[in-house]
Parts: sequence; C-alpha cells; structure tokens
Amino acid sequence: MNSLAEFFSFADPNIRYVVVGSVLLTASSAIVGTFTFLNKRSLIGDAIAHAVLPGICLGFIVAGTKNPLVLIIGAFITGWLSLIAVDFITRKTRIKEDTAIGLILSVFFGIGILMLTVIQKSGNASQSGLDHFLFGKAAALVGSDLYAFLIVAVILLVVVYILFKEFALMAFDKAYAKSIGYPVRTLELILTSLIVLAVVIGIQAVGVVLMAAILITPAAAARFWTDRIVVMVLLASAFGAFSGLAGAYISFVAPAMPTGPWIVIVISTIAFVSFFLAPKRGVLYRLVRQNNIRQTINNENVLKVMYQLGEENKNFFIPRHLDEIIRRRKYEKRALQSILRRLLHQGYVEQTGNLWSLTEEGKKKAQRVVKIHRLWELYLTTYMKIAPDHVHEDAETIEHLLTPELEAELEKQLGYAKLDPHQTKIPYQHE
Amino acid sequence: MAPDTNVPALEVHDLTVAFDRKPVLWNIDLVIPQGKIVGIIGPNGAGKSTLIKAVMGILPLSSGYTKLFDLPLNDVRGRISYVPQRESVDWDFPASVMDVVLMGRYSKLGLFKRPRKADRDAALDCLRKVGMEAFANRQISQLSGGQQQRTFLARALAQQADVYFMDEPFAGVDAATEKTIITLLRTMAQSGKTVIVVHHDLQSVTNYFDWVIMLNTRLIASGPTQETFTQDNLQETYGGKLTLLADVGDLIRRESFPQREKKL
Repeated sequence: MNSLAEFFSFADPNIRYVVVGSVLLTASSAIVGTFTFLNKRSLIGDAIAHAVLPGICLGFIVAGTKNPLVLIIGAFITGWLSLIAVDFITRKTRIKEDTAIGLILSVFFGIGILMLTVIQKSGNASQSGLDHFLFGKAAALVGSDLYAFLIVAVILLVVVYILFKEFALMAFDKAYAKSIGYPVRTLELILTSLIVLAVVIGIQAVGVVLMAAILITPAAAARFWTDRIVVMVLLASAFGAFSGLAGAYISFVAPAMPTGPWIVIVISTIAFVSFFLAPKRGVLYRLVRQNNIRQTINNENVLKVMYQLGEENKNFFIPRHLDEIIRRRKYEKRALQSILRRLLHQGYVEQTGNLWSLTEEGKKKAQRVVKIHRLWELYLTTYMKIAPDHVHEDAETIEHLLTPELEAELEKQLGYAKLDPHQTKIPYQHE
Repeated sequence: MAPDTNVPALEVHDLTVAFDRKPVLWNIDLVIPQGKIVGIIGPNGAGKSTLIKAVMGILPLSSGYTKLFDLPLNDVRGRISYVPQRESVDWDFPASVMDVVLMGRYSKLGLFKRPRKADRDAALDCLRKVGMEAFANRQISQLSGGQQQRTFLARALAQQADVYFMDEPFAGVDAATEKTIITLLRTMAQSGKTVIVVHHDLQSVTNYFDWVIMLNTRLIASGPTQETFTQDNLQETYGGKLTLLADVGDLIRRESFPQREKKL
C-alpha cells in the first residue's frame, strides 16, 4: 500500500499535474457530454475529435513550434468547420446525419494524418511529440497544460450552470423552446462550442481516438442510475472524475501503462457494471423481475389446476397425486414438485406423504385466477365480439396480470355475470 | 392591459409554407375571432400541423404573414402557447411530470433564471386542473398516452396565455382524458381564451368546436361550425386531391425552383 500512500499524498508535482489534469478534463467533458447524449448526437463528439487533427497540424505549420495556444486555435477552427460541413450536408442533400458524420470524420482525419506525415518527414526538430494528439499524453502533462485545462473546465462549468434549464429544455422539446421565443440557434451554437472546446482540450490527454469515450460513456453510464437530469449530470461528472483519478493511479503504479487508455477502460467498466447492475434499467434487475413473473405464473397455474380438479369433484380440498395434476396440464415431474414446494412454503398448499392439497388461502387465490380468466373470456366475447373458441389463450395471460382495481372494474362492467362464454360458472369470492 | 375583444385572435394572410421547396400550404387567408374553440380538420398531409407550426414561427414562411391580436408574433409571444404533438418528444427523457410542467413557466422566467417556489405552486395548480396532481413526481416515461397529453396540457396552462395552439391533443388518448380536455377547453373559451386545435376525428367536430378551419393544402373553408361544416365542404376537403396542384408542387421541388421570385 506504499504506492497508494505516495500517490495520494500528491507530494510529487508530476503526480499532481497528471491527477488534476485528468480529473478536470474527464469531469468537465462528462458534463458537456451529457447534453450531447441527451440530444441523441453522441457521434458528433467523435467527428469533432477526429476533425481537430488537421487544425493542430495547420497550427504547427503556421507557428513553426508547438505553441499550445496556436494549436488550440487551429483545432478549434477545423473542429467547427467539420460541424458546419455535417450540418450543411444533412440540410442540403439527401444524405442523413450518420452518413454525413462518417464522411466528414474520415475526410478530416485523413487530411490530418497526411499533414502529420508531411510534418514528420520535414525534419523540423520541434515537431517531435505532435503525434501525442493521436493517442494522448496524460502522463506527461506539465504545469502550463494545467492552466489551459483549468480555464476551459471553468468555462464549461459556468456556462452549463447558467444555461442548464435552457439546454435541458432544448434536448427535450426543441419545437417548444422555439415556440416560447428562445434563441434556439444561438443556444445550439453555444452548446456546440462547448463540445468543441472540451474535445480540443481532451485530446491532449486521451488522444483523438478515445475522446468520444470520455465525452459520452459517463453520461450513458449515469443514465442507468437516475431519472433526474441534475443527478444524471452530477453522476456523469463523478464517474468521469473517478475514471480520471483511477487512470492516473494505474499508470503511476505500472509506469509502462498509458493514462488515457486506462481512463477509458475504467469508465467503460463503470458503464458495463451500470448496464448489468443498475436498479430498474439494469439487465440483472430485469432478469430477476422476469424470473419472478415466471414463478408467479407457474404458481398460479398449478393452483388453478388443483382448483379445477376440485370443481369436478365438488370438493376443493381432496389431497392429490402429482400425476393427477400432470394429466390436466403438462409438467415435468421435477418442475412441478419444485413449484409445489414453493407453494407449500408460501402456505397455499399442504403435503401429506406424496399427496398435495389446497389450503383455504390457496383455494381463494386459485379462485381469483379462475374468475378473472372466465371474466376476461366473457369480456372479449361481449365487448370485442371475438369468437368463444379464440379467447382462451388471451385469458391465460391476463389472469396473472390484472390489478385488483381492474378486476373490480371488469366485474362491474360485466354486471357480475354468472356464466362464461363456455357456460362454465364464474366463481365469486363470497359464494 | 385590457385586451380589445374585437381584435381577431389570429389573422393569416396569403400564407405559403414549403418543405424541401415543395409547397404544403398554398396561399392561406383566414381570420379567427377571440374566445372560440377552433378545429383544424383535413386529411393526412393536408398541412394542419404545418399551419400552426408556421404561425408559431417554428417553420419558415415562404410568403405571407401572420398576426396575433393584430401584432406580429414576437410582440405577443407571452400570450401565445403551443402544445406539440405528443409523439414529437422522447418520453424516456430524465424528467418528472413537474419538470415538464415547469417548462411552461420558462417564457415568463426568461433566460438564465431558475424556477422559483411560486412557479412550482403555479405548475401544481395547472396539474390539478388536468387531474394529474398525484403524478407530479412521476417519471415521465411511466405515463400512459393520456397522462402524457395531460402533462403537455398542464405545461401550456402554466404559460397563462390567451391563445393556445394544440397539435392533435385528442390523438391516442383514453375516453376519460378526452372528456377532461374538452371540458377544460370549454372553460378556457368561456373566460375569453382562444383555442386552436388540430383534429382528426370528424365524429366529434360539431360537438367540440365553435369554429372550423377545413384544410387540404389549400384553405377550403373557415367559419362557424354550423355554417361551415357542410357536406359540400367535407366533400371538397376529403374528396379527390387537386392532382394538378400536387403535380405543380412536385415540379417546383424537382426543378429546384424558387417558391417566390426574388424581388429585384
């Protein structure tokens, strides 16, 4: 744990630079990225990231050195140019936005690589390190980089804070925003400038190729955990900050490891975990829920069969052998046994030897299912004029689903009918 | 401000609107008095939604102008409210019902400012009017179609406007919601508000609307429902399209012709 203590003491200025730089960058990109994500324009960040490369090369050619300000201005210009080009193509031709983005991304990046090669072959000594923009150089951040990061991060935060309500409204309902007289074009322009700014700074740490990941992935991960936009933005920036910190730490512990890619791996892991574990939206939650539903259906079906057998014998509480149930409704013996054990555990059936019988509560529950089944069949034939021989399948599902309120409404609408379409008695609880 | 009730709520003059150069509305002229519930009816693609979007400044006009209370839109925006089609937004957006209704207060709040407590009170009041106060904190993705429509309506009410444009508020809603909405519209009209509604269901036209605008890329008729909603006008609105008009529209688009000659 020595390395951990050394790392988090931040005594080494190099560590400070890398950590502060990475965290500033990832957290602020994630905030801007959330709005890109909500505007469903996730790919735009990728296009800008690739399109800034020719701008950086151009900046270098003009300045002759790696003057950060000139490079950033160059990057900003071509980044913007790419957006205008995408917008123009989408609006003036039949080409859709995704195609336009692909087109612009590759053309700009191609030109960028071409220029980079020419510069590298030119023998200019100060060009070394220009290729950092391709893959990032987070581990080599220095004090002056940090100032640029800090300024950009502050700009991003302040603008998003001031225009939060406006950005949120535009992402939800742009036509409405226009209708109340919001300067939609200007607001869009501001948001896009923020994205370009985030990208231009971000690529210095993680590089052109991975930039889209730190823009969009935190937002995508955050969306799984919350339904409130403010929380989503905060969560996205927290995820971003954590991945920045973790990436810096990993590359500190294992010096051969590059910071940028590790940032991306950490944030992707967070997204992956969110995808599986998040409540309500996560895959695991849904699997558990589906399993619960399946269990409910199985339980109720077995109870229903026992109830129907009881109807035939005019006695609902006769103990029955498994085969009796299987004869009426096909089950694997083992599966049926496990369902019955579950029902036993819940108190709906009783076991004597290898015979099973309904309890009073089990009968009540089964009766409700049977009642809803028959009522629904009647509803379909009466109100929807569906033939009596076509209603059974539908009722098989509905019987497990209906809420007590809908059940009461159904009873009322059918006037507490006595017989279903197959002339079978509909059992009400009070009888 | 005591508004002059004789000034028309809406005046549309020689309005032409084009999509991708092809005109979808040709030379519309109409005047709507205040305090009416107005239905815009016509077949699919007749330009019903386009008409209100053009009036709201969401779509650019190719020619003509619109006036509200005899003033250009920008001078009276605060008095005009727009309810988009329910399907036009993604209801999986991270927002609660309250968040959406609060958007109705944004025009009064202006840029940069955050909703205050009073705005929340007003929003809750509007939710009560549409019978949704119990749902204020519900996530919008969990709403039924009818509840979504009520939420949109509450947002419009929160604007406290004088003219309301609603795009298909009755589309795909349950019977209870339809009843709530029409009762609400009648109350609004009684207090002098004008409600202009894009509508699909011909059955309910005479029952719901004081005034109808019958549209099929051109204006067929606009006037009090009793006199205007006639068999002849219906025939003209829904009966055969004007094929020549449609062909000319296609031609304009194909040949990339300007909609109007540039003034020299």
